[in-house]
Amino acid sequence: MELSTLQILNDARASRRAAVVVSDLSDGSSQAFVEGDGIPPEWAAPVSEVLHSGRARLLNVEEKALFFNVHLPPPRIVAIGAVHISQALARLAPVAGFDMAVVDPRTAFATAERFHGVELLADWPEDVLPARPLDRYTALAALTHDPKIDDYPIRAALEAGCFYVGALGSRKTHAARTERLQTQGVSGEAIARIKAPIGLDIGAASPAEIAVAVLAEIIGALRHRDVNLPQEGAK
Amino acid sequence: MQNEPNILDPLAVAESWHRKGRSVALATVIETWGSAPRPVGSHLVIDSDGNFQGSVSGGCVEGAVITEAADVIASGTPRVLEFGVADETAWRVGLSCGGRIRVYVERIDG
Repeated sequence: MELSTLQILNDARASRRAAVVVSDLSDGSSQAFVEGDGIPPEWAAPVSEVLHSGRARLLNVEEKALFFNVHLPPPRIVAIGAVHISQALARLAPVAGFDMAVVDPRTAFATAERFHGVELLADWPEDVLPARPLDRYTALAALTHDPKIDDYPIRAALEAGCFYVGALGSRKTHAARTERLQTQGVSGEAIARIKAPIGLDIGAASPAEIAVAVLAEIIGALRHRDVNLPQEGAK
Repeated sequence: MQNEPNILDPLAVAESWHRKGRSVALATVIETWGSAPRPVGSHLVIDSDGNFQGSVSGGCVEGAVITEAADVIASGTPRVLEFGVADETAWRVGLSCGGRIRVYVERIDG
């Protein structure tokens, strides 16, 4: 492997971006593809496949043995709102293999007793996110019902190209949210990426059931995500 | 990149060692059959003095990979190694778990 390939790979990993290294076993040559940097069309099919499955594989392409190794950042969920749904989601997410963080400036909600063993950031998203930026392997679930808290992280998640952006609220609430985001200059294409009402439609009623619906929607978004979405997301 | 890499991250170790002027080989599990201790894509990094970090098995075949890595570092020609079930009577290196793995060993150049 060329040192340059190793450096591209390590830089991508350090910045929580997915990368695929293709090694030609016959001559030791290699190349690295980083998700969002544009995959050349001749490589698009196998590279997209390993990015989606997360599983490395050996393939014979034009009588050459090529090894596709895939390096994905660990996926995580950031919940805005230390609410009842988040309490259930915080217990479910680790089971499904996600890291989880909860952000809420309302210290009455964001207590260690309510969120035992969960990363809890009792501060405004505006203050938390610059130090802990959202990225393509982060799912953002806005769950406070309060535009003062939810709107900023929703915009930040769309800009960061988060693989999932979901927002709690009725269709009416979401229509009002759409209007606010448009006023703030968010494109219609970006707004269309917001999952609202949040969660798969399984008739979820209780907070725990809604958490299941949200987690299922997040898993679906991870496995079907657009690996060609540019790094800057859809602004 | 930090000066001292995380020793549990063989790819960071490989880059750091190379930067310090050490000759480095990277071994990667490219195929497994049956019960295999480390999944496809796992890495072991080796330098010309036989120092290593990471793993391609549960410690069963690393010794043999390190020996082969010395030749790969010297020649620059990559190699594919195959390991099957350990044969105790023949003193052969192998996997006690009953699986088979193929390991690609290459030199880091540049």
